[in-house]
Amino acid sequence: MGRSGAGAVRAHVQEEDQFFRGARIILQVGKRELKAADLGRLRDKFGDLEITLAAVLSEARLTQQAAKALGLKTQLAKTPAHVAAAAVAKLEPGLTMAALMQQTLRSGRTINHAGHVVVIGDVNPGAEILAGGSVVVWGRLYGVVHAGAAGDAEAMVCALDLSPQQLRIGKLITTSPVRRGQPEPEMAHIRDGQIVAERWVPKDKFKRLT
Amino acid sequence: MAAKVITVTSGKGGVGKTTTVANLAAALAAEGQRVVCIDLDIGLRNLDVVLGLENRIVYDLVHVVEGSCRLRQAMIKDKRVPELYLIPAAQTRDKSAVTPEDMVRVCNELRADFDFVFLDCPAGIEAGFRNALAPSDMVLVVTNPEVAAVRDADRIIGLVEAEQKGPAQLILNRVRYAMVERGEMLSTEDVLDILAIDLIGVVPEDPAVITAGNLGSPASLDKELLVGQAYRDIAARLLGRDVPFMSLKPKTWYQKLGTFLNGGDTK
Ligand SMILES: Nc1ncnc2c1ncn2[C@@H]1O[C@H](COP(=O)(O)OP(=O)(O)O)[C@@H](O)[C@H]1O
Ligand SMILES: [Mg+2]
Repeated sequence: MGRSGAGAVRAHVQEEDQFFRGARIILQVGKRELKAADLGRLRDKFGDLEITLAAVLSEARLTQQAAKALGLKTQLAKTPAHVAAAAVAKLEPGLTMAALMQQTLRSGRTINHAGHVVVIGDVNPGAEILAGGSVVVWGRLYGVVHAGAAGDAEAMVCALDLSPQQLRIGKLITTSPVRRGQPEPEMAHIRDGQIVAERWVPKDKFKRLT
Repeated sequence: MAAKVITVTSGKGGVGKTTTVANLAAALAAEGQRVVCIDLDIGLRNLDVVLGLENRIVYDLVHVVEGSCRLRQAMIKDKRVPELYLIPAAQTRDKSAVTPEDMVRVCNELRADFDFVFLDCPAGIEAGFRNALAPSDMVLVVTNPEVAAVRDADRIIGLVEAEQKGPAQLILNRVRYAMVERGEMLSTEDVLDILAIDLIGVVPEDPAVITAGNLGSPASLDKELLVGQAYRDIAARLLGRDVPFMSLKPKTWYQKLGTFLNGGDTK
């Protein structure tokens, strides 16, 4: 931003005179290189209009140094929420995307997803999940489920009540045995070429037992 | 006051949609409500038979939609109760004659002058179902205590939810108390466990329903019938009354004798 740039900003601000009076302004100038003299002039002009130049944000080193020399801020304070939001903006490398369904899947509903599938709700008889990865159901799994549908034999299926009409992992297939007693959280996976379902047991329970 | 448009649907055929529409409409009209029923089962109409209005049909829904008659001309008035009307389905024409937009238009025209508009849905999840859902303010899903019927009801409930017309309410029809007791039939709890929606009525199996259907006289108009009471209770709930669910347990001959001696209803 040269002199003409500063002039344009000033002209615009002057038009909106009343509105900007008493305001604090943060300038975002991208990669533009501004010298301390440019910034100083700009600050003074804003001052005439009773506007405080609070900070100058720029990716250019020269501009940052100039701003610092004038005692202007070059970064905005980040709130914890900002930090957290920035942290989750990227995907964790090496992990697969999971699809989250926050509803009961009723009969006739089919979910096909390349990654993992997580359902918070029931999977009713007649509903079907086909996942490239694992399937986790925080609810009752009564429908048809196929984990590792593209051949992943490491895929698992977990549910609070694991009673699917049909359960497939990779190339293997099984149906649920008739349940006796109360349902319990279970996890199905392939072991020694067979699908096995195991009751979920908290890890520290083993510790207490031994 | 604006009418409430109630869609009665099920997915599966033969579970009692038409019977439900006829009985609820008659029960509400008997209470002084102004009611219109529309048969959307184009090509397979039978609400007219169940209501005993078959031989008075001149115009039908397709005539209305095509503009070959006025809406009022196609409304057959029932003579037993004050304000009950039927708009029959066309018997012969093709199903694409009516669109969801047509149904919204017809129902909007009725809203001002009536309290309830019932839409009797055909079986299935195709065009007829879409037509019945489009103008709907409330959806009643009818099912029987059978695995296949419940499966289809579940499907329909999902579709109703997806169209933002939910939550649907459930009518469980043709319940046999003795079979449930013996564990040979799904109980109300079993059905609700899967469907997870609100129950608005439980209707027992009763041969009187079939007889009433053949005679064209809804069971809900017969004060003597337990099954009629089940429909009247649902009608009362539709009017916002808090009616407890009645016991379907048949009375023993000893209880009947007691009621008889007290001059009451022995059914
Ligand atoms: N509660 C009931 N008890 C005995 N029969 C019934 C009952 N409800 C319906 N039916 C009979 O079941 C058959 C199918 O009912 P209908 O109302 O025509 O079903 P839909 O409209 O869903 O196809 C009819 O013969 C009807 O009389
Ligand atoms: Mg029918």
